[in-house]
Amino acid sequence: MTAGPGLEDLLRELAPQVLGVIIRRFGDFDSAEDAVQEALLAAALHWPAEGLPDNPRGWLIQATARRMTDQFRSEQARRRREGTAALAEPPAPDVPDRDDTLVLLFMCCHPALTAASAIALTLRAVGGLTTAEIANAFLVPEATMAQRISRAKQRIKASGVPFQMPEGDERAQRLRSVLHVLYLMFNEGYTSSVGADLHRTELSGEAIRLARMLHALLPGDGEVAGLLALMLLTDARRPARTGAGGELIPLAEQDRTLWDRGLIAEGVALVTGALATGVVGEYQVQALIAAVHDDAARVEDTDWPQILALYGLLEQMTGNPMVALNRAVAAAMVYGPAAGLKQLEALDEPLAGHYRLDAVRAHLYEMAGDMPAAVAHYRAAAGRTTSIPEQQYLTTQAARLQADRGRPS
Amino acid sequence: MTKFLLLQNYAGTAACDLPMTDWAPGDIKAHIDFQIALNAELAANGELVDAQGLAGPELAKFVTFDGVGAPVVTDGPFPESKELLAGYRMVDVESEARAIEIAAKASAAPGPGGVPIQQPIEVRQVMGAPSGDL
Repeated sequence: MTAGPGLEDLLRELAPQVLGVIIRRFGDFDSAEDAVQEALLAAALHWPAEGLPDNPRGWLIQATARRMTDQFRSEQARRRREGTAALAEPPAPDVPDRDDTLVLLFMCCHPALTAASAIALTLRAVGGLTTAEIANAFLVPEATMAQRISRAKQRIKASGVPFQMPEGDERAQRLRSVLHVLYLMFNEGYTSSVGADLHRTELSGEAIRLARMLHALLPGDGEVAGLLALMLLTDARRPARTGAGGELIPLAEQDRTLWDRGLIAEGVALVTGALATGVVGEYQVQALIAAVHDDAARVEDTDWPQILALYGLLEQMTGNPMVALNRAVAAAMVYGPAAGLKQLEALDEPLAGHYRLDAVRAHLYEMAGDMPAAVAHYRAAAGRTTSIPEQQYLTTQAARLQADRGRPS
Repeated sequence: MTKFLLLQNYAGTAACDLPMTDWAPGDIKAHIDFQIALNAELAANGELVDAQGLAGPELAKFVTFDGVGAPVVTDGPFPESKELLAGYRMVDVESEARAIEIAAKASAAPGPGGVPIQQPIEVRQVMGAPSGDL
């Protein structure tokens, strides 16, 4: 979109609302979504020159509806020409305007989709990003992303999921899918799993924007607030997380004066408020852990016993071996490296071959003063990571210890 | 314009046979900065199509399939892992001479002590549409 930032924000906020209205009116998600994209592009082209319409939302709905009707007519004409059934249904009568953003988000994060497809579709249909922008964020050709989005839409159509809010148990389950998709979208941007850029900030920024929107729609949900808090408390450290050459700077070595205090304060307030609702979920616990880190002005001020306790709680809730890995680091900080290394033994099987297990082991061996073992594990981790900044960091760690030992360098 | 793929593997060279984990940290940084700067220069020239480093040989797999039974997937470690591809650049340039010039620059990337590592760069032209009338 070539419009200025103010206009772009407005268009992207309106995009899911307009789409919701059009789906209710015409019932076809796939073509409605395409028509909204065209209307958004038209608005981005005309509004800067002709001025903002009095009712931008109404303008977009009308422009999209016109496209849908045109398409419907040409489809009818084609059927008549071909002599096939001309009994196409006319558009459904008008429905009252309402904000269906939430329904749309639930639909785009449907569990029938793979996470990658759900993220792409959510960015387009709810986030109002163009296919080119999404392709750019994922470093794939635009035609590839267009196909991924198109297949995702077909899948949703085939699943027959109605355009309405799920209820009861299904609603809770589907909300978990939504939160998971937003969490992955944020992580994809924060710790990019491909490519050399550690931050693809547009993805993290978009995940935060969508999480804010979700929180505004469901202010009483503790896990929604917890996820938003987790994103803010993590994103607050972004300015300190990379050096001048784009290299990764781990938490313990970051210049904490660069952290965004405003985001930290907002995140802490959110998670504190969420805990008051009484239902503690995993995003809230993760947000609490991030908050404890963010609360330490210097790394040596970190309240490790509290972090250890929180990871213990999180592990009980999730049974995730990656959480156990983090708990082992916390245990090493509280009880010394030997205790941490002991806890890692249980993870050899569930995390076999995973570079993070080697990286943590290297770090704990270094703490324990066993440099040959530390070098070996840093090397093993460097050989197994798929992230360039992480590979450079781990390679440099191995090299640093090697140089300290007076080996040829 | 013609596309060329510039390929490099893990083989040590006469000038540098140390794995990077044995370099001084400052030398690693200089090497990485060089690669980033070269990519930025090619991008600024409008010559860079794509540049990627590949995850290590530890993660490499060979897959063969006769179309009938189950595919055979071979994990490492591989005896010839130094011959595996480490990374590539695809450039779109005016001439083969320019592709060779870029390859030469990449080959002289700094190694330990800032000495050029003289890595062999395989230069391969990408096949395309027929040029003009046939």
